[in-house]
Amino acid sequence: MASQNDMSPPAWSDSQLALKSIHLRKMTLEAIFEAGAGHTGGGLSCIDILNVLYNRVLKVSPENFDSPGRDHYVQSKGHSVEALYVVLADRGFFPVADLKSLCHYQSHYVGHPTRKIHGIEMNTGALGHGLPICVGMALAAQMDGLGARVFTLLGDGELAEGSNWEAAMAASHHKLDNLVAIIDHNTLQISGHTRDVCSNEPLDEKWRAFGWEVRVVDGHDIGALSTALTQRSTGPVPVCVIANTIKGKGVSFMENVAQWHHGVPSPEEYQKAQNELSAAETRIREVMA
Amino acid sequence: MSAPAPAMFSPAAREMIQQLGLTRGRANQEEFAVFLESLARENSNIIVVTSDSRGSGKLGPFAKSLPRQLVEVGIAEQNLVGITAGLAACGKKSFGVSPACFLTARSLEQIKNDICYSNVPAVVVGISAGVSYGALGTTHHSLHDFAALRAIHNITLVAPADNFETRGAVLAAAKAVTPTYLRFGKAAMLDLHAPNACFEPGRAIPVRSGSDLAFIASGETVVHCLLAAGFLETKGLHCRVLSMHTVRPLDEAALHQAARECRAIISVEEHSIHGGLGEACAASLMQSGLHPAFRIVGIPDEDTVTGSQADIFRHYGLSMEGLSDLTLKMLG
Repeated sequence: MASQNDMSPPAWSDSQLALKSIHLRKMTLEAIFEAGAGHTGGGLSCIDILNVLYNRVLKVSPENFDSPGRDHYVQSKGHSVEALYVVLADRGFFPVADLKSLCHYQSHYVGHPTRKIHGIEMNTGALGHGLPICVGMALAAQMDGLGARVFTLLGDGELAEGSNWEAAMAASHHKLDNLVAIIDHNTLQISGHTRDVCSNEPLDEKWRAFGWEVRVVDGHDIGALSTALTQRSTGPVPVCVIANTIKGKGVSFMENVAQWHHGVPSPEEYQKAQNELSAAETRIREVMA
Repeated sequence: MSAPAPAMFSPAAREMIQQLGLTRGRANQEEFAVFLESLARENSNIIVVTSDSRGSGKLGPFAKSLPRQLVEVGIAEQNLVGITAGLAACGKKSFGVSPACFLTARSLEQIKNDICYSNVPAVVVGISAGVSYGALGTTHHSLHDFAALRAIHNITLVAPADNFETRGAVLAAAKAVTPTYLRFGKAAMLDLHAPNACFEPGRAIPVRSGSDLAFIASGETVVHCLLAAGFLETKGLHCRVLSMHTVRPLDEAALHQAARECRAIISVEEHSIHGGLGEACAASLMQSGLHPAFRIVGIPDEDTVTGSQADIFRHYGLSMEGLSDLTLKMLG
């Protein structure tokens, strides 16, 4: 078995990761544009979280993905699969060129995560499934004493699924201090604002009431995300990271607009979005220089 | 509380049990618990997940002797199946145990996606299945589970007829690399098989030979077919009994052989007549060009009558008398 050091992510500075986030946003838009399908808004809102996970936090690598001691990540909000595929491709789990087959006839790159793709732990896409699965994985890791941590990413709209709260109760009951649930708290779902569809606020108090240690962070702040996701819980309890994010982050006309939940940009919109992201990239490079 | 349950077998059926020399065993779900505990003592990778169901699942002794190998999640069947899947994905041989009525309805999406679509080798164990809960009513019956699960392409569905089949099914599930559903009832079973019988998933077990009519049955109905075959022998009719314990994949070879060699077939199951063993047999026969006289006996398409499991079986003809009458009608 490989040592945990072999699975450690590469060392990147915050600025380098911020730059990578923009690159990953561009790749996500390209994958969705070329496929003519996808979940644009939620993908852009969770890119920074995935970037920090795979490039700073998770002890998992393409070479050691089969190691029992690896950290596990299950994407419960499976509809943001384009962002996950992009991050995995960038991390070397499979060739970037594979993304061109996204949602194509007979492609393994389905519109929700499947284990046919190297780096995907479980098939997800129906909401409310990731957290119960991760409770099972965290229990297995504790039974085996391997020190592995288990992470899942949920949408805030997804929290209306009752199975999440069944799992939330079980996780604290079983003292799963190796489990981290991340909420992509972009406050929008397909029909509009989550608070108008079926309010789930106050989220932090709900998770605390279920026995979790709660950390509320800016979901686009690389440093804050890194700290929240890296530090283990202070007691024998699971951790909930509420990442306040912006749906469609990085593209002015997509930000905070519910219709971009699964909107696909026109050629003009696509070009405009890429130009905006390129400009942001230039600004970061100038600061870094 | 409910009225005292009448005996499952009529006086005539009890006489036939004696004639056939059938001995009484445990309830299949109790045999499951005892046998799984013996396996789990040797294999710490075996993990049982329960949803406040250790009592009905007879898993109290397992919980006491192997507490680290039992995970309690409370009354939360969706969570139970998700956790069972997560454990299996991390290399555990996980058995998620809950009443079949809740497990295969409320958590159907978790069985479909978390276990089957992800193709993890988890075992879903439906206890107190069929109409085991009798007069507790339709909320507590599972007459849909075969129908729902048969449409999922990679799960093996097994409803054992006795304790021998139960042990075989549990052992096979423990070794399986794909998903399994095991369906157990809570009534004490009679031992049906000869000592040299062999259990293999997907292979029907011949219980009695004959060529006038074949009973193709699963689970707790097999014994009633055997008793009917014994009774019909006294009328000069030789009836075959096949225990089709695996509803998916179906043993089509044994079914087709029965269709070629017998004048008629009756399928029998503790399930809705829709979507279960009977319709699986009918589809296979039709598509193979075999057209024996054929009837499906199960719970008909109506609001299920109130009563104990014995009452319900008798009401719908899942009894020695009911099956014998139908056979005599079919064979003229």
